[in-house]
Amino acid sequence: MDEILVLAEHRQGELRDITFEMLFAANTLGKENDLATAALLLGHETSGLSGKLKGACDRVLVMEDPELAHYNADQYLMALETAIKDRKPLLTLIGHTAIGMDLAPAMAARLSLPLVTDCVDLSLEEGRLGVLRQIYGGKINAQLAMKPSDHYLISLRTGAFDAEVEQGKSGDVETIPAPAWTNLRGRQFLGYVEAELEDVDIAAADILVSIGRGIGKPENIPLAQEFADAIGATLSCSRPVADEEWLPKSRQVGTSGKTVRPKVYIALGISGAYQHQAGMKNADTIIAVNKDPMAPIFAIAHYGIVDDLAQVLPVLTEHFAKK
Amino acid sequence: MNIVVCVKQVPEVTDAELEINKEGAEILKEDLEFDINEWDNYAVEEAVRIKEAHHGKVTVVTLGDEDCADVLRTALAMGADEAIRIDEQGFEFSDAAGIAQGLYRAVRDVPFDLLLTGAQGSDDGWAQVGLTLAELLGIPYASLVVGVEIGEGTITVHRELESNTQEKVDMPLPAALTIQTGINNPRYVSIMGIQKVRRIEIKETDSEELGLSEAEIGSQGSRVDSQKLSLPPVGEGADILTGSLDEICEKTAQIIRDKGGVM
Ligand SMILES: Cc1cc2nc3c(=O)[nH]c(=O)nc-3n(C[C@H](O)[C@H](O)[C@H](O)COP(=O)(O)OP(=O)(O)OC[C@H]3O[C@@H](n4cnc5c(N)ncnc54)[C@H](O)[C@@H]3O)c2cc1C
Ligand SMILES: Nc1ncnc2c1ncn2[C@@H]1O[C@H](COP(=O)(O)O)[C@@H](O)[C@H]1O
Repeated sequence: MDEILVLAEHRQGELRDITFEMLFAANTLGKENDLATAALLLGHETSGLSGKLKGACDRVLVMEDPELAHYNADQYLMALETAIKDRKPLLTLIGHTAIGMDLAPAMAARLSLPLVTDCVDLSLEEGRLGVLRQIYGGKINAQLAMKPSDHYLISLRTGAFDAEVEQGKSGDVETIPAPAWTNLRGRQFLGYVEAELEDVDIAAADILVSIGRGIGKPENIPLAQEFADAIGATLSCSRPVADEEWLPKSRQVGTSGKTVRPKVYIALGISGAYQHQAGMKNADTIIAVNKDPMAPIFAIAHYGIVDDLAQVLPVLTEHFAKK
Repeated sequence: MNIVVCVKQVPEVTDAELEINKEGAEILKEDLEFDINEWDNYAVEEAVRIKEAHHGKVTVVTLGDEDCADVLRTALAMGADEAIRIDEQGFEFSDAAGIAQGLYRAVRDVPFDLLLTGAQGSDDGWAQVGLTLAELLGIPYASLVVGVEIGEGTITVHRELESNTQEKVDMPLPAALTIQTGINNPRYVSIMGIQKVRRIEIKETDSEELGLSEAEIGSQGSRVDSQKLSLPPVGEGADILTGSLDEICEKTAQIIRDKGGVM
């Protein structure tokens, strides 16, 4: 039976959600197309992890080696190349994460495989792969039909599939040997860097007033701050605001910032790129203010105001000042 | 330190109303403004800073039509020294691997210690070209770089991971890095600044000169058979508040009171 190979992603001893999301996608596709699902676990002293994968796939392939203790592109490329050549899966899934973004393009180039990155949905019809992506910051959907191939490499967007994969399977755990480390390019993992100490914990706030690039300039931030003060909210932001150092990095919401779940999240001038959505879409109530009616943020917001935030904010603040 | 930076011109879409062409394969670009890809702006800035600290030369490369010379001029005005444009002809409908082929042929003869690209394009968001290039060149690389320290024949970088964490890795030079936003504060380029570099000659090349055949690039070389664009379904979507500004704010205030427990 043909196979879908899923690269299990883990960091500091924990499997990451994307692993189960990929298994969910693989099992769904596998069921429809009679394909088995194999999880590939690369690491060192990973015995605690394979048990968690067994129930969600048909086979767990474990490659253990001290060289694989931490993610490193050099070793991962060789290890994955070995597994792909050995198993010849129809499809290999990698997360579109800091690991997968670092690995998939070079792997595709090395093995001359067709690669589609950042996919949100997959389909297979008569061996032809169809892929859904989002482009232009989530404003356009692109449905791609791939040319026929014996093998595809896919990186899946985080959060696109359910992490609550069914645990009904009982995958065999099989050990596969690590390759001789011959084709390394000298990249070394030196260590993790902890985030700097933060002033406030935005994840603990009940209400967040969150500003994006639409705030325009730092001189406009007091407008948002006054509003936040009036309703007892904490100020947070999207990435460009932190990149510009208008607010500290600890205030950034999203995949590379923080995940928040406040009672109310008020997004001001934030377009709603998926990296941002991933950090706030589970807020109880989302209110978005954006002058672009087609901004992707409106697809996940509960309430929307299509207007210039500089017009809206003073009036809104006034409603709380006067009561 | 000689540095090559790949830069791309992209349409500005955040505030724009996008439309799709009749064939459904492309967005209409006539009414859009174009600029340097956000990530590439940070990459050029980083290259110029490294050059200022360690001497050497910065060469910027783009693959695009004649108008794309604008992004090269922007990069030159920021402090790059030389510019190469690969003409787009033949590369239409290339996938990321095809674009990388074009760039690879153009940069492999330029002596460099460091190759920088953006982490991703804001258009197609492949996040693929930089590391494809690294692999074609057979050099070590790191993606999503938010900090750089140059050593003796080596480079140490901070890579961004999820949840506000980073990792530190090092590798020998020459190496390729894909640059993440926030690594620096790109300098502002004035029209005057661009005027000043208008005499710098942009080296032009094309697929033929680079020895690429039709089968390797464009739609023939692409692994994608077809692409169908659509506007995302609105789904449930937000309840858009209407009325006068005051009425809208009144309603919003009520929602905040109800849902947030604000007095
Ligand atoms: C690996 C990686 C990790 C990332 N991690 C994160 C992350 O953790 N968090 C994050 O936020 N992003 C992250 N990003 C960046 C993300 O892709 C987007 O670029 C970013 O979220 C865009 O921020 P924005 O919405 O503020 O800006 P834009 O996308 O530029 O949107 C600005 C919005 O403001 C609106 N606007 C403009 N002026 C006004 C006005 N006067 N009134 C009202 N509305 C106005 C515009 O219509 C537009 O919708 C990451 C990207 C990558 C590649
Ligand atoms: N046509 C191009 N010309 C020059 N550089 C490009 C081009 N396309 C992509 N790149 C580079 O590759 C990076 C990643 O782009 P992508 O893989 O398309 O998301 C960009 O930030 C650029 O640095």
